[in-house]
Amino acid sequence: MINLLLFPILLPFFFAMILMLFPKRRYLQRVGALIALLTTLIASSFLLIKVKSDGIQAITLGSWPAPFGISMVSDMLSVLLVLSSTLIAIIVVWYSFTSIDKERESFFYYPAILFMLTGVNGAFTTGDIFNMFVFFEVLLMSSYLLIVLGGEKVQLRESIKYILVNVISSALFVVTVAYLYSVIGTLNMADIAVKIAQVNQPGIITVIAVLFLMVFGLKGAIFPLYFWLPSSYAAPPIPVLALFGALLTKVGVYAIMRTYTLFFTLDQSFTHELLMILSILTIISGSIGALAYFDVKKIIIYNIIIAVGVILFGASQMNTAALMGSVFYLIHDILIKGALFLLIGVIIAITGTSNLRKMGGLIKTYPMLGWTYLIAAFGLAGIPPLSGFIGKLLIVQGGFEEGNLWGSILILGSSLVVLLSVIRIFIYAFWGTPVEITPISKKHYHGLFLPALVLVGISVVYGIGSEWLVPYMEDAATTMLNPSHYIKAVLGGA
Amino acid sequence: MEIVMSFVIGFLFMAAVYLMLSKSLLRIIIGTGLLSHGAHLLILTMGGLDGSAPPIVSYGVTDYADPLPQALILTAIVISFGVTAFFLVVAYRSYQELETDNMNLMRGTEEND
Repeated sequence: MINLLLFPILLPFFFAMILMLFPKRRYLQRVGALIALLTTLIASSFLLIKVKSDGIQAITLGSWPAPFGISMVSDMLSVLLVLSSTLIAIIVVWYSFTSIDKERESFFYYPAILFMLTGVNGAFTTGDIFNMFVFFEVLLMSSYLLIVLGGEKVQLRESIKYILVNVISSALFVVTVAYLYSVIGTLNMADIAVKIAQVNQPGIITVIAVLFLMVFGLKGAIFPLYFWLPSSYAAPPIPVLALFGALLTKVGVYAIMRTYTLFFTLDQSFTHELLMILSILTIISGSIGALAYFDVKKIIIYNIIIAVGVILFGASQMNTAALMGSVFYLIHDILIKGALFLLIGVIIAITGTSNLRKMGGLIKTYPMLGWTYLIAAFGLAGIPPLSGFIGKLLIVQGGFEEGNLWGSILILGSSLVVLLSVIRIFIYAFWGTPVEITPISKKHYHGLFLPALVLVGISVVYGIGSEWLVPYMEDAATTMLNPSHYIKAVLGGA
Repeated sequence: MEIVMSFVIGFLFMAAVYLMLSKSLLRIIIGTGLLSHGAHLLILTMGGLDGSAPPIVSYGVTDYADPLPQALILTAIVISFGVTAFFLVVAYRSYQELETDNMNLMRGTEEND
């Protein structure tokens, strides 16, 4: 059973390979993709139970002893992320059955999603820094395909910029790994943590820490490096946007959290201070963007940037409350961003536009959609019983404990901006005088709306049931605060 | 030897940045190629360039070349080859669709494709 942690990576990979053999059989593609994702979900649920009962799971491939072979490590943080990524992928695939056109479906759309999930789950699970680069490339390569699939003019134009930015960040990743290797002489993440502690983090390690922040910041969209994100993410169709918005930036955020809690823990007055300042600037710039646009896609996309800032602020505080809050908020954001993107997808499908000024009065014709959207919007802003509340509360509590009053107050203030930006969509699209819309069939509407409703339901349960989730989050935070647990699981008793 | 390589890598990065800042899409792609070459050479240099040690470990040999940088470089080359090929295809396709390879004309907004 020790191989269990490889299943969430291997299952989507094998199914994707099989699905590539018959791209034109659309129904088989759909069924195959669903089976792949459901088995992945079952495997990652088992893994969650295993990690909860037996502690961190680690395996070193090829039976090499730990620092030499490639290690795969599944601690609570990574298994929670794997589980929620798979969940989002299932919902998005279900939504795609209705939303994605025939041409895309018969040109490797589902295999691309499965390959991307392979890369995402792999990046969450790997315990080897170069292997993380490889999994990043796996998920990026499939994301290139997903963003350009369809070949519309906007997509081609934006995918060129997207590819260029990611090629540069990948080259920087290789450079950073090379520097790290030359200083530390190992690539195994647990071993790196040990060796960095031994050399007592000289200046060059701090330089490498900042380089890592740049590399992962480009993927995770932190302050000066988020410029490419809004227009690139707006180009592909809604399900792809939901998948990207929910998962891809989170991989960058996870990588920052992992490296900054495991490797670079000795010079926190510089590295974590920098991370905190950048995360605050990220929140501010995201807030400005979220209020500036009248395009529903852009508003939610800028909300991704705000969320990245909030999570990283929690990660930069390095105490139990803030790290627990970060994990809570990370999972919450994966769920709620997916739900919101799918909901605005329904709105766009009904009204035929993404411009708020051309919408209005939908509450009369689609009341259920309106109220579901309102719940999701409240959840995003963190109105108490819903899912965003507990994470933000813990992050702010952690911020106060560390004495960062202004940062914490700013996060509270940003909740209001978030609420305003999403309620604007509610006011413009659902209130006001109804505008002429071409009605879409009931079947089409339900095909789009049901997955979104289920996802909002899950996020509500996640919020209300947070009491039961606390042990899991505490476990994740404890591992991040005590790298020795992680190191011991990988390298054994040494 | 490391010093010479550092200059070569620096030059490659400089040329890559220069090319990527130009307007023509093809030059940008060549720039990304040079950038990845620079990164690969950097990995090789970081492993140490002492050419005397044998590459094979057998019993009794204590001084051998580090096998890891080559493995890393091979992986990175394959990946950047794939990405460059894909990038070229996307560039050609968008040249056909958008009828330009000038990045200034590809700015575009929501209303103006």
